[in-house]
Amino acid sequence: MLSADPVVTMTGFARALRANGIAADGTRLATAIEALGHVDPLDAQQVYWTGRLTLCGEPDDLPRYDAVFDAWFRGRLPALPGPMPPTPAGQLVQLRPLAGDTDDTARDEDDALPTAASDAEVLRHRDLAALTDLERDEINALIALLAPRVGTRRTRRHRPRGRDRIDVSRTVRAMLRDGGEPATLARLRPRVKPRRLVLLLDVSGSMSPYADVLLRFAHAAVRVAPSSAEVFTVGTRLTRVTRPLRLRDAQQALTAAGRAIPDWSGGTRLGEGLQAFLDLWGQRGTARRAVVVIASDGWERGDATLLAEQMARLARLAHRVVWVNPHRGKTGFAPVTAGMAAALPHVDELLAGHTLDALHTLADVIARA
Amino acid sequence: MPPVEFADPSAVAAALDSAGYLPDGGLATAAFLAIRMGRPLFLEGDPGVGKTALAQALATITAARLVRLQCYEGIDASQALYDWDFPRQILHLRVAADGSDRDELEASLYDRRFLVARPILQALEHGPAVLLIDEIDRADDEFEAFLLEVLADNAVTVPELGTITAEIPPLVVITSNRTREVHDALKRRCLYHWVPHPDFAREVAIVRRRIPDAAAQLVDDVARAVGRLREANLVKPPGIAETIDWTQALHVLGAPRLDPETAEATLGAALKYREDLVRVQRELDALLGG
Repeated sequence: MLSADPVVTMTGFARALRANGIAADGTRLATAIEALGHVDPLDAQQVYWTGRLTLCGEPDDLPRYDAVFDAWFRGRLPALPGPMPPTPAGQLVQLRPLAGDTDDTARDEDDALPTAASDAEVLRHRDLAALTDLERDEINALIALLAPRVGTRRTRRHRPRGRDRIDVSRTVRAMLRDGGEPATLARLRPRVKPRRLVLLLDVSGSMSPYADVLLRFAHAAVRVAPSSAEVFTVGTRLTRVTRPLRLRDAQQALTAAGRAIPDWSGGTRLGEGLQAFLDLWGQRGTARRAVVVIASDGWERGDATLLAEQMARLARLAHRVVWVNPHRGKTGFAPVTAGMAAALPHVDELLAGHTLDALHTLADVIARA
Repeated sequence: MPPVEFADPSAVAAALDSAGYLPDGGLATAAFLAIRMGRPLFLEGDPGVGKTALAQALATITAARLVRLQCYEGIDASQALYDWDFPRQILHLRVAADGSDRDELEASLYDRRFLVARPILQALEHGPAVLLIDEIDRADDEFEAFLLEVLADNAVTVPELGTITAEIPPLVVITSNRTREVHDALKRRCLYHWVPHPDFAREVAIVRRRIPDAAAQLVDDVARAVGRLREANLVKPPGIAETIDWTQALHVLGAPRLDPETAEATLGAALKYREDLVRVQRELDALLGG
C-alpha cells in the first residue's frame, strides 16, 4: 500500500521506470518522495501527476510512464486513476507508424539488387551478430575519418583575441587599471561550432545490403560529435536512433540501435518518413542550418509528389542536403527511380555510398559543408 | 517562498481560473508543487499551447512580478545575469582620480551601484518574482551551465563582488519548444511537464474567457475547426493562441458563426504557412462541414 510506506513504494516504482528506459534517477526519486509529502498519497490522480512531474524528463517517457504506473499501482491505490490524461502520443514519440495501405507485395528475395519498393509494413528487428574484428577496424577508420573534420559554422558567441569586435568588458578593465586611459583596445573573434549533422537512413529491404555500413558510419558520426549529430532511420516508420548510438562501445551501440529499429528490411515510405521527420524534429530546429544526409536508393512505392514537396521543405530549412545513393557508384546509373527523380532538384550533392572509399567522399563533403 | 499559500492542487486551479487561465489537472498539480516546493517548472509543448501565459497567470496568483528572459543563440551572462556599468565606472574614476587613496578607489570601482541587474539578477533581488526563462532551447549549452547555479542555490556569483542570494527565491518557469534536447543536469532540478493541446471543451472555455463577447456559436465552430486542422497533418498546426486570434478576427468582423466566406478571409489568423493555407482553402468545405 502506498499509505504504508511511500518511500519503499516509490523506490520500487522508480526502479521499474528505469528498467523501462525512463530517466528516474536518484535525484528525481528524492524529489518525488518530497513532492508526495505535499499531496494526498491516496488520491490516484495526484499520485499519477506527482510521479510524472518528478520522474519523467521528456515526452518519449510519457507513454511508458503510463504503462508502468498502471502496472505498479493497480491494486495499491484505493481508486484507479480514471481516464488517463492525454499523452502526446503521435506528436513526439519515438516511433510513429506511417499512414498508408499495407497491401503486401512479394519482393524478389533472390535478386541481389531488389528493384521495386514496397510499402508493406513488415516489422522486424535486426539481429546484429557480434562485430568481427574487421568491422571494428572499419568503425575506427570511420571515426578517424570524421574526427578532425566535421564542418563548422560561426556562432553568435565571441571569444577573446581576434580582430573582429571590440571587447568592451576587457578594454574597460584595462582602462580602469591604467587610470582611465584607453591604452589598448581588446578585441574579439567569433567562436565556431561544429555544424549540426543529421543522417536519415533508409532501412527498407532494398537497402539492406548497405544499411549496416551506413549505421556504422552514423555511429562514428555520433561518437565524433555527440551533441551535434542526429540519426534517424526511415522505413515504414521514423525511428530516432541517436540515443542508442551514443553508447561508446560500437557493439553495444549497434545492438541497441538494431533493437530500437522495428521496421528493418521492411517497405519504404520515404515521403511520409521525411514528413514525419520534418514535422517532429526538422522544422523545430534539428534541420535548420544543418547538413542533412539522406541515404536511400530512392525507390518510393507511393506517389512521389509528397517526397518532392517534403524535399523542397527540407531544402529550405537545411544548410546543405546530401543524398547518398548506393547505386550511384555503379556503371550505368541514372537517377530515374521515381523518388530519386522527384528529390533530385532539391539535392545539393548526390553521392555514392557503397564502399569505404565512397564514405570517404561523403566525409569530405560533410567536412566542407 | 512566495507569501501566498495554497492548500492543494485544486486551490491553485481555482486561483489560476480566476486569473483567466484554465489549467487541466496535470498543470494544476505542476503549478502547486512548483509553488510549494520552490522548484523550477520545466514546460515543454508545441508552440502556442499556453506555456508563456501560465507564467503570467502564476505571477498574478502569487502576487509576484513577472520577469521575463527571452533566450536566443549567444545569450550570455552580461545579458541574462548582470553587467558592469562601464561608462559610470570610468566617470567615477575620472572624478575621483586625484587625491584619493588608490586601494580605496579600486575597491569603490566594483561597488554594487555600478552593477546593472539583468533579468535573472532582478528576479533574485526584488522578490517575490516569477522568473520566466522563455524558449531555453534557443539558447546554447553555455547558457544552461550558468543557469545551474541560479536554479540550485537561487544565487548569482559576481567575482568582484561576491555571491548575491535571493531573500525571496523566485518561482522559475522554463519553457522549451523542443528544437533541441536540453541538458539533463538542468532538467533534473525541475518539475517536468508536457503541455498538451486542450480538448474541445477546455478550448471553448479558454476562448470564452479571453473573448467574452464573441458569439457562442462562433467559439464552438472555431474550436471544432481548429481541432480538425490539428489532425490534418499541417506544417504548423494551430495552437490555442491561434484559436484565440482567429476567433478575435471573426468577432471583430461581426461574424455570428464560421462560414466559408468569413473563414477564407480570416484563415491567415490560424495558419501561418502558405502551403497550409493553399491546402486548407482547397478543402474548406470539408473542414467546416458536419
